[in-house]
Amino acid sequence: MTFAVVVFPGSNSDHDALYAAEHVLGRPAKYVWHKDTSLGDADVVVLPGGFSHGDYLRTGAIARFSPIMSAVRTFADRGGPVLGICNGFQILLECGLLPGAMLRNRDVQFRCGFLGVRVERTDTPFTNRCTVGQVLHLPIAHGEGNYYADPDTLASLERGGQIIFRYVDDRGEATDAANPNGSVHNIAGIANAGRNVVGLMPHPERACEKCLGGDDGLVILQSVVHALEERGAVQRA
Amino acid sequence: MKARVFVTLKPSVFDPQGRTIAEALHSLGYDKVGDVRQGKYFELDLEVPNAAAAETLAKDVADRVLANPVIESFRVEVA
Repeated sequence: MTFAVVVFPGSNSDHDALYAAEHVLGRPAKYVWHKDTSLGDADVVVLPGGFSHGDYLRTGAIARFSPIMSAVRTFADRGGPVLGICNGFQILLECGLLPGAMLRNRDVQFRCGFLGVRVERTDTPFTNRCTVGQVLHLPIAHGEGNYYADPDTLASLERGGQIIFRYVDDRGEATDAANPNGSVHNIAGIANAGRNVVGLMPHPERACEKCLGGDDGLVILQSVVHALEERGAVQRA
Repeated sequence: MKARVFVTLKPSVFDPQGRTIAEALHSLGYDKVGDVRQGKYFELDLEVPNAAAAETLAKDVADRVLANPVIESFRVEVA
């Protein structure tokens, strides 16, 4: 099983993601440059956080045209698990692999810190080791995480169980006060209809060891390992 | 040929930057200023023979790249 972490100019969580996969999970992981056209032997693709292309034009708007994105789309269309974290989520929205768009945070502040993220669904390759309603303490770090979808799209996401994570308070309630950026319905992460593509604004890869302030993010990565093992993608020695 | 492209958030989409600017203007005493909406403005130099071709090309670029149709709309002017 190999994790592929796509590196765009301006990615900054690529090292965090590779470290979490390789050193915390102990799984093979590699970087894939955005100008490459193949993901090689990747079993899971991570689009990491950062500020690809300086966030110019719109977040993720230029990265979506990178040569590697054709391979990512093909991988996703075949059911391969794709995780977009923060800027990676923004890229997935811009390229249409996930519905909706990002706006500036409603208070126009860059928000940085740990907060509560409730797992809404466990039927994705990135949440299958979680429990429904489980609250993960994960860090966020973004200026444009104000998720927007038009009312029809939002209703479709709710109906289809595609809302995977919501921002919640200490009691696990998705209140307005717990919403760091103004996202509709406190949305922190969603999945596509096929459930194999997941994007979220919080950074699970930055919360995989106690010494980093918490290890609640590890379960997200453990989930995809489990999903791939279930699929028999792992050749046991 | 030159084309100008104006990209604005759709009316139904909340504009946090516009609101912040409006609040700043109000605090400066500009009480006749109501709402403010912020957008983007692009000038394109186009190597095409006529205005019709310029408009077609500018619209293609705006629709595919400069604007995100989920949240934004655009208007093209050819000079």
